[in-house]
Amino acid sequence: MVDYPIVKTTDIKAAVDALKQKFPDAIQDDTRQGYGGIIVDKNHLVEVATALRDDFGFDYLSSATAVDYLGISDHMEMVYHAYRTAGGPALVFKAQTPRDKPEIPSLINVWPGADFQEREAWDLYGIKFPGHPNLKRILLWDGFDGHPMRKDWQEAYYEEDHKPFESRWPGGWVHRAEERNIYGKNVKYPADFDLSKLSDTSEESHYADLGLGVSVQKLADESHIKTDRLVVNMGPHHPSTHGVFRMIVTLNGETIEKLEPVMGYLHRNHEKIGERNTFLHNMPFTDRLDYLSSMGNNLGYALAVEQLLANGARYQPPTYRAECIRVLMVELTRIVNHLWAIGFLLNDLGAFFTPALYAIAEREKILDFFEATAGSRMMCNYMRFGGVFKDLPERIRGEATRVNDLVRDYDTMEFLTELINERLPRSIDELDQYLTDSEIIKSRTVGVGYLSPEMAIAYSAAGPLLRASGVPYDVRRADPYSIYPELDFDVAVRYNGDIYDRYLIRLDEMRESLRILKQILPRLERTRGEAIFAGNKQHTPRVPLGEAYGRVENPKGELGFYVVSAGDEKGPQNPWRYHVRAPSFISLTALGPMCIGHKVADVVAILGSIDIVLGETDR
Amino acid sequence: MYGQGILKGLWVTFRHFVNTYVDDIRYAGRKYLRQENFAIRQGLKAQGAFTVQYPDEKLAVPERFRFTPFLVVNDPDHPEAPGDDWCTSCGICAKVCPPQCIWIVRGSDPTTGRPVPQPEAFFIDIDICMNCGFCAEFCPFDAIKMDHNYELASYDRTSHHIHDKQYLSRPLSYWKTIAPTTALEEAVARGGWEHPDVLKAMKKAGQTAVTPTWDNMFTKPEPAAKPLPPAESADEDPAKAERLRKREEALARKRAAEAGEPAQPAAAAVEASAPAPAAPTADKPKFDKQAMLEKIRQRKADKG
Amino acid sequence: MPTLDLRELHNTEFPVPDEMQGNIAITSLSRIYNWSRRSSMWPLLFGLACCAIEMIATAAARYDLSRFGMEVMRASPRQSDLMIVSGTVTKKMVVPIVRLYNQMPEPKYVLAMGACASGGGPFKEGYNVVSGIDMYLPVDVYVPGCPPTPQALLHGLIALQKKIDGQSLANFDDVPWYGVGPSEPTPIPILGPDIIDPRQMDLIRQQAELAAAGKPYGVRDLPPTIKPEPAAAPKVPAKTAAPAAEPDDPEKAARLAKREAALARKRTAQGEQPTETPAPAAEPAAGDQAAPKKFDKEAMLAKIRERKAQKES
Repeated sequence: MVDYPIVKTTDIKAAVDALKQKFPDAIQDDTRQGYGGIIVDKNHLVEVATALRDDFGFDYLSSATAVDYLGISDHMEMVYHAYRTAGGPALVFKAQTPRDKPEIPSLINVWPGADFQEREAWDLYGIKFPGHPNLKRILLWDGFDGHPMRKDWQEAYYEEDHKPFESRWPGGWVHRAEERNIYGKNVKYPADFDLSKLSDTSEESHYADLGLGVSVQKLADESHIKTDRLVVNMGPHHPSTHGVFRMIVTLNGETIEKLEPVMGYLHRNHEKIGERNTFLHNMPFTDRLDYLSSMGNNLGYALAVEQLLANGARYQPPTYRAECIRVLMVELTRIVNHLWAIGFLLNDLGAFFTPALYAIAEREKILDFFEATAGSRMMCNYMRFGGVFKDLPERIRGEATRVNDLVRDYDTMEFLTELINERLPRSIDELDQYLTDSEIIKSRTVGVGYLSPEMAIAYSAAGPLLRASGVPYDVRRADPYSIYPELDFDVAVRYNGDIYDRYLIRLDEMRESLRILKQILPRLERTRGEAIFAGNKQHTPRVPLGEAYGRVENPKGELGFYVVSAGDEKGPQNPWRYHVRAPSFISLTALGPMCIGHKVADVVAILGSIDIVLGETDR
Repeated sequence: MYGQGILKGLWVTFRHFVNTYVDDIRYAGRKYLRQENFAIRQGLKAQGAFTVQYPDEKLAVPERFRFTPFLVVNDPDHPEAPGDDWCTSCGICAKVCPPQCIWIVRGSDPTTGRPVPQPEAFFIDIDICMNCGFCAEFCPFDAIKMDHNYELASYDRTSHHIHDKQYLSRPLSYWKTIAPTTALEEAVARGGWEHPDVLKAMKKAGQTAVTPTWDNMFTKPEPAAKPLPPAESADEDPAKAERLRKREEALARKRAAEAGEPAQPAAAAVEASAPAPAAPTADKPKFDKQAMLEKIRQRKADKG
Repeated sequence: MPTLDLRELHNTEFPVPDEMQGNIAITSLSRIYNWSRRSSMWPLLFGLACCAIEMIATAAARYDLSRFGMEVMRASPRQSDLMIVSGTVTKKMVVPIVRLYNQMPEPKYVLAMGACASGGGPFKEGYNVVSGIDMYLPVDVYVPGCPPTPQALLHGLIALQKKIDGQSLANFDDVPWYGVGPSEPTPIPILGPDIIDPRQMDLIRQQAELAAAGKPYGVRDLPPTIKPEPAAAPKVPAKTAAPAAEPDDPEKAARLAKREAALARKRTAQGEQPTETPAPAAEPAAGDQAAPKKFDKEAMLAKIRERKAQKES
C-alpha cells in the first residue's frame, strides 16, 4: 500500500465540509434535483483538485467526463469522480463552463489519468483544456467536422432525438437509411465545404511533434555518429493489438523512446446512440463494450440505472436470488475473460495459439451455459433493472428436434457444480502448471513493463493492472455492491508491477472467483424457485431525475456508467447523458510510460498484459 | 535447473497430444459416426475440446438461443383460422427494439380506414438487428419469437436481408418444436394454446380453453362446426363485424369443445400433475424428454 | 504474330469442330482449379470487433477452421485470399481496410461477418460507422447475426466455397482477374470533414454547389412513408451508382470500362443465381418461403394507392 497523507475523514460529507472551509468561495453544493457532490468554480479547479488529492486522500480519479446541458441550463460541465484507494464512496465534483467558449483547466498535472479523458471531452464536446500538453482529437480524426456529442450536432442518418422513432410504427414502410442520403453512404459534409481545398490531415498531427527529418545543423554540431530515430506504426491492423489499436512508436535502434497510442478505429458512437436510446435499449449495447465480459457490463449498467430508479417511489431492488445469479454470471465472466487474456498474452509473447486453444476449450463450456441461460454466447443481454432476464433453466440442453439433442442435456446445477468444482480448477491449474515456471515466459516478462504503485494510481489504472502493482484496490471490496459483502474472498494483489505479475494476478483472480462461485452454488440451491423480480419487469421504467454513477469491478478493471436522467415522468425516457468509464481506455494512459526504454518486441507483451478490448476502448 | 519449467510445459502439451489418441482408441472408429458418442464428446465429462464436424454434425442450440426474430402464426391445419397472424401490430416490439430494426405497418380496414389488430406489413432489417431478443421478451401476445436458424448466409444483402412478413411468419408448431418448454410455459401463462385474444373471447363466451400440457402439445385442435357467415350488409360497422366474427368463432369453439368434452375430463383426471390454467406459476409437469421426442418424431412421420 | 483472343476459346458457345466434340477439358480443369482454390482459402488475420472473437472461436479447437483448409490465417494481406470483415467498420478504419484489400493478390474474396459488416448493424446510425463494407468493397458472402455463432460463420464459409465451385475458368465474368487483367485498386477513402469516397467526387462537387447556392443538399427526397401521389416523387435508383473517377489515360479508361462491364455482369449473374438461404431445419411449413421476397417499392406504392382509392370510393 502506498503511504499517502490521508485525512481521517471517512465520510464524504466531512471531506466536503473541510473542503468548503478551505475554499469558501470556490465551492458550492450541487443542489439540482437528484444530483449530488459539489460544483467547483473552474478558476479554482486545479487548487481544489490538488487539495483533494493531497490533503483528503482522494488519490484516484476514476472518471472525468463532459455533459452538455443544452436546453436545460445551457452550459457544459465536466464531472469528476474521485475515490480513495483506501476505499469508500466517491467525491463527485463538477466544473461548469459556457457552451459558446467552453474552457476548463486541465487536471492532467494533478491526475495524469485525466489525459485521455480530457482529450475525449475535447474531441466529442469541444471543451478546451488549457494546460493539457497534447490536446488533440483522440477518437475521431483530425479534420472531422464538429464535436459530435454536443446535443445540437446531428449525424448523417439522424432521424429523431429519441427512440422509438415515429417512422417504425404504425406506418412503418421500410427503407434503408442510406436511401435517404444522396451519397448512399453515412456521410454529411458541411455547407461551406470546399472540395478543391480538401486535404487529408488526419495523419499529420500524429507525426507533428516527433521531430522527423534530420536537422543538418544538429548533425554538424555532433561530433559522434548520429543515428536517426525510426518511427514505426504498429496497427491498426496488427495481429497482436487485440483488435484495431494503433501505436506510433519512436525507436532508437530497438529501444522505445516514445509511444503514442492512437485509437478510435472502433469508435462506434456508443454514447451518442446511448443518449438516443431508452434506458433499456442500452442494455444490449453494453454487451458490445467489452465483448468478452458482457455480463459484467450488463451489471454495471443495471446498477447505475437502479441507483436512479431507487429515488423513485415504485422501485423494488432485485431479489436475493437475482443477486446470486448476477454474481454467478459476473464471476464466470471474469474467468472467461482472464482465460482469454492469458491465452492471448501468450500469443503475443510468441507462444502462438497453443495456450489460447487450451484456454478457449474451457471458455466454450462457460459459453454453453451462457447460451442456455441468456440466449447468446457472447452478447448475453441478461441483466434487467431490478432483476435478470430469466431464471436459470432447469436443464442445459439443445433443441429437442435436432438429432444431436443428447448433447448437453444436463441438470443446470449439476452442470455448474461440475464446471466450478472440477473443470475450471483443473484448467486453471493446468495453465499454472505449464506457464508459470516456464523460463521463456519468465525471461520475457519478469521486470518488463514495470508500473510503480504511485504511477498506477496516478494514471487511474484499474483492475489487474493496478493490483499487480501492489495496490489492493478492488471495487467489490472498496465500494461493495450486490452480495459481495457477505461473500468470502480476498483481493488478489501482487507487488512487482511487471508483466509476469499481471499474468499471475489473473490466475489468482480466477481462483478467487472460483472461491466465490463455490459459495454461490449453495445459495442458488437454497433459493431455487424464488422470484427473480421483486416488482414487474418493465420495458420503459419511469426514471426519476438525477445522476448516477454505477461501477463494478469488471475483469478488465473498474467499469463505470455515468447516467443522467433529465426527462420528466411523462416525456421520453432516455438518458440525457450516458457515459462509459472504460477501464481499457483509461488504463492505456499508462501504456506509453510503461513502454519507454523497453525493446520494440516488448510492446506487444506490455499491451497484452494490460488486456484491452477495443470495443470498450473506443466505444 | 534451468529449463525445468519448459519441460513441465512441454509435458502438459504432450499429455494433451497423447490424450487425443487415447480417445481415438477408446472409441475405435465409432467416434465420428454415432450420435451417442458425439454427445459424449461434447459432454461435460469429456476432457478438452472436441471438434464439431460442422456441416455433418451440428451442435444443437439451446432453447433460449436467439438469432433473428420471426412471427408466430396459426398452424396451417388450424381448424378455424389457419395461418392467422398472432401479431396485433401493437408496436411494442418496434418500441423496445434497441437499434430500431422493426418496421410495422398497422393494418387498417379498407372501408373505414380504422386500424385493425393485424399487421399489414412487417419488416425486420437483419442487417441492423442485434439479436437481443427484447421483441420476444416484451411482446404481450407471444407473437414474435427468436428463431434458431442461424444458417442465413447469403450472396446478396439488398434482396435478402430485409425479412418481410411472408418470410417471417412461422406456424406456432415450429415454435413448439424449437422451444418446447418455453412454449409450454407461455401457453400455461396464457391459459391455452390459442392466441390471447381468442382465449379472452372464449372466456367471455364462458368457455374454458384446453389446459396446455405436454400431451396436447401437438394434438390437432378439433375442427369446429363451420361458423355461420357473418351477416353481410354494406353499411355495417366493420369493427362490429369483427366483433361478431370473433364471437362466432368462440361460439363455434364452444360447440366443438362441448362435443369433445366427455373424453377430456377423464384424461385430465388421470393427469394429476397437469397445471390449472388459472395458476400459471403452479408446478409444471416434469419434462419427459423421451416421450416428447417420441411425439415429435411421430408428428414428423405424420407430416412426411 | 496474330493475336489470339483467349476469351474466344473459353467461350462455351464457341463452335467446336465435330472431331473435337469430346473436348471437355476446360470444365474439369475448372473443377480441379476451384477445388484447390477453395480448399486453401487463407483468411487475413484481421479482426475488427466482437465478431472477431467468434471468428477466433471458429478457428479454435471446437469448430476448427482447418477442416476447410482455412487455418492458415495470414497477417500479411499479400499472402491471403479471403478477407473476413469481422465487425463494425468505422470511417476511420475503412481507410486501412481498403488499403489492405488493395494489397491482397487476386483472386480475393470478401466475407462480411455479422450485421455490422453487412449493413452497419446496430451501430448503423452512428456518425463514425460505415453502413456496410460493401459501400467500399465488393462482398461475396454476407453472414448475418450479431454476432454470428461459429457455426453460422462456418455456414457462410461453406457458402463461399460453393460460390467458388460455381465459378468457371471459361467464363471471365466469374474470374475477371484472368479476363481483363489485374483489377484496378479500389480508391482509398479520404478523411476530410467526413469520409470521402473518391468515386463520388463529382457528386460531392455537385452537392457542394447546391449548398453554396443555398439550396437543400445532401439528403434525397424520398417519398414520405405513405404518400397520396407517389408519382410526384423523384424516381430514385435503389443505390447510388458511384461515378467512377475520371481516368486521364485513354487506355486505362478503356481497361476500366471493360472491368466495370465485367463486374456489372458478375453482379447480375450473382443476382440471378439461386441463393443459398436454406429453409429452417425441421421446419415444416415455411420451407417454400425460404427465399425472402424482395422488397418491391413499386408494388407497395401501388398497394397504397389502391387502398387510398378504395377509401375514397
